[in-house]
Amino acid sequence: MAEMAANRVIQVRDLSVSFKTLDSEVHAVRNMSFHLDRGETLAIVGESGSGKSVTSLSLMRLVEFGRGRIASGEMLLRRRGGDVIDLARASKPVMHTVRGADIAMIFQEPMTSLNPGFTVGWQMAEALKLHQNMDDQAAHAEILRLLDVVRIPDAAGLCGRYPYQLSGGMRQRVMIAMALSCRPQVLIADEPTTALDVTVQAQILELIRELQHEMDMGVIFITHDMGVVAEVADRVMVMYHGEKVEENVSEEIFCRPGHWYTQALLAAVPRLGSMQGLDQPAPFELLRREEHEAASSAPASAEPTVRYEQAPVLQVRDLTTRFNITGGLLGRVQRRVHAVEKVSFDLFAGETLGLVGESGCGKTTTGRSLALLEVPMGGQVLYEGQDISKLNAGRLRTLRRNIQFIFQDPFASLDPRTTVGYSIMEPMLVHRTARGAQARARVLELMEQCGLSPDMAGRYPHEFSGGQRQRVCIARALALNPRIIIADESVSALDVSIQAQIVNLLLQLQRDLGLSILFISHDMAVVERISHRVVVMYLGQVVEIGPRRAVFEDPQHPYTRKLMSAVPIADPSRRHSERSLLVDEIPSPVRRVGDEPLVEPLVQVGPEHFVAKHAIGTYA
Amino acid sequence: MTSSFSVIPVPAPRRRNRSWAKFRHNRSAMLGAVIILFFVAVAICAPWIAGQDPLKVGFTAIRKAPSALHWFGTDELGRDLFSRMVYGARASLLAGTVSVLIALAVGVPLGLISGYFGGLLDGCISRVTEALFSIPFLILAIALAAFLGPSLTNAMIAIGVSASPLFIRLARGQVLAVRREDYVQSTRSLGASDLRIILRHVLPNIMPALIVQATIQIAVAIIAEASLSFLGLGLQPPEPSWGSMLNTGKNFMTQAPWMSILPGCAIFLVVFGFNLLGDGLRDALDPRQED
Repeated sequence: MAEMAANRVIQVRDLSVSFKTLDSEVHAVRNMSFHLDRGETLAIVGESGSGKSVTSLSLMRLVEFGRGRIASGEMLLRRRGGDVIDLARASKPVMHTVRGADIAMIFQEPMTSLNPGFTVGWQMAEALKLHQNMDDQAAHAEILRLLDVVRIPDAAGLCGRYPYQLSGGMRQRVMIAMALSCRPQVLIADEPTTALDVTVQAQILELIRELQHEMDMGVIFITHDMGVVAEVADRVMVMYHGEKVEENVSEEIFCRPGHWYTQALLAAVPRLGSMQGLDQPAPFELLRREEHEAASSAPASAEPTVRYEQAPVLQVRDLTTRFNITGGLLGRVQRRVHAVEKVSFDLFAGETLGLVGESGCGKTTTGRSLALLEVPMGGQVLYEGQDISKLNAGRLRTLRRNIQFIFQDPFASLDPRTTVGYSIMEPMLVHRTARGAQARARVLELMEQCGLSPDMAGRYPHEFSGGQRQRVCIARALALNPRIIIADESVSALDVSIQAQIVNLLLQLQRDLGLSILFISHDMAVVERISHRVVVMYLGQVVEIGPRRAVFEDPQHPYTRKLMSAVPIADPSRRHSERSLLVDEIPSPVRRVGDEPLVEPLVQVGPEHFVAKHAIGTYA
Repeated sequence: MTSSFSVIPVPAPRRRNRSWAKFRHNRSAMLGAVIILFFVAVAICAPWIAGQDPLKVGFTAIRKAPSALHWFGTDELGRDLFSRMVYGARASLLAGTVSVLIALAVGVPLGLISGYFGGLLDGCISRVTEALFSIPFLILAIALAAFLGPSLTNAMIAIGVSASPLFIRLARGQVLAVRREDYVQSTRSLGASDLRIILRHVLPNIMPALIVQATIQIAVAIIAEASLSFLGLGLQPPEPSWGSMLNTGKNFMTQAPWMSILPGCAIFLVVFGFNLLGDGLRDALDPRQED
């Protein structure tokens, strides 16, 4: 049997993994070598399709379920007993005893990795009884211990609950507890916090870190988020197109990246605080493969685009949107989701207004209400001084032309059965602004404007990458020369380098066309990059609004400060030291009919900078 | 940056018509098409192919096994089964396709309306659909056919209407899933009319499920026509149809197996052909399927 250093748990040499397709073989991972020591965190980073997940699935020998094959190489694992085995050649029965016991894994989506039909306690007990032959009583005691380990208060009460009753953060804690139940040597965390809000992400990262010290595990952390990497990793391995391009200790990677790809990746990462001292938004300086020595010539947008001297394009006054929850025998409204509560702000010509907050804070509903996709329950929306609820059909059509919406998921927002050219042309056909050859010429012009090759017009959405699709969505939104674009998490689903390109594109279009953008995002760093002014929402209300510089450099509301401090920063030297591990969740926005939340006017704290001083949720 | 677009020839950003090319390269779909075309040709050219009168009884040749004179044998009245099969293709193909088309024509628009608009309209349509579902398909068809009067046309209408709840429910369910999709929402936020959204975006995306169900339903309709004919509510005897031949044949299963096996094989082949055709059509119309 092969030899390994005493504290080494995993040693991979020359691993190649290939996938069979109908007529060819795709090499997803080529000649990978790496190792993992006890108590160490190795981060594997790369963009989608770089082979980072395949690498981890190979360690579990789970690639075989996806028609993959380990073509060559060896993967040595030191088991709990101390003996070393080669996972690449281990038999199926041996792998059964390895999975979950020696190597445990937690996945990205805590919403789907628990069975919705059984209580949390039942599911945890099942795993324990199966792997460790415990009886009911022993299993129950062990569950309580494990839930305590992952810092879940009221563990006994949680056992009887169903997954849907738990928040994403709680579920991920349960998943971690289950993964750790057999005291594994190695924990593989595949994007464990990507689906979570930043404040919850911070808690989960801290939890994994502490548990690692307590249990002396090796952790392989797979992520695309360089901020998370800086936060957790001891060593970093960068992957690109199935190959390892660089591996080094965390500080070196971030301070002195060797490979051009690592440099490009780091350049595209939005860093909170990078805009300090700047008043105007600035595009990312992107590195490309061909010109990786020199930064691409993205012009700094020093000149202001906002026309504050003009009246605002859009004025939102006390916008309130609630959703009825009916129940009972007669289907009467019993409770309401208070998604948006008396939200007010202005949007000026040429301005980007960032709308930030965590999931469920009402930011998306605000955007959808403005795009007339939801019907508000109260308040006024004035477009160029006119109340949009009082517009006649003709003027409403004009309004729709002028406010365009870009959705989050570019994979879902294009009809799979129409060509992208038609999708871009459709707004013109709907509003009869152009027809025939004229419309086609406009489509090509728009595609070029958005960085797409015009000869792709006849292709279908599935033939495009995520970034290209989002460009198509932007081209479609621009087809009617709108004045306002509402971008709802429009870059969240994209890889960082693509995200940076799209942000740059939006900034450039704003400069060229004088667009106003309502940029809805949970990502503080991107919002800092792109916004002129920022609105922070919490529990359906605005808690802070002001110029971006004021809000980011001098946040006034405790929730804004908490959001900022939770953002992982792509710089290991600025790693957060200690954080609260307590479960701290946003209260529910569901209220009984008649139980209205308190909303008071915001208090001015600086020039154009307003903060909520009244009690909202847990902020008294 | 917009200078170069005028020099490139303007390609139409319309649907690239690769559907037919894809269909042609799909071997199983082409096999299905060949089978269906074969039977359609047989039905159209029946008088020239049959050779014998399908209605002529011959009491000297009752339940004769296949021979050179009677290729497929004869039935319990001594009629030539080959001729009856050839002529029967007309009634069976008609009953299968027309009744499914009727079911689609009735069911899909109602399902689209019900699923897309929701509310009270959906409530009414859904309740009626459920009420119809509570009556077994064949009983409903028999009741309708009895009400309309016995003839092949009325039998097809009866079968089509009885099958339409299936399509209402299927279409409605599919619409409910599709209308939540971002691309429908996005078109809605453009200010596009409901009609445009339904025809341009919803209908094409619910097509695959409808096509698959329709091809399966053709088999059910052919059998249902036989049952109605058996009860005297469909095609009037002595006119032949595969379903009625199968129905009579099953009584002589042991003495004259060819009487049921051969019409059974014909029904199987037609259904098989329609299934292959349907699957091929579904794949050919889906731009995500590469040829």
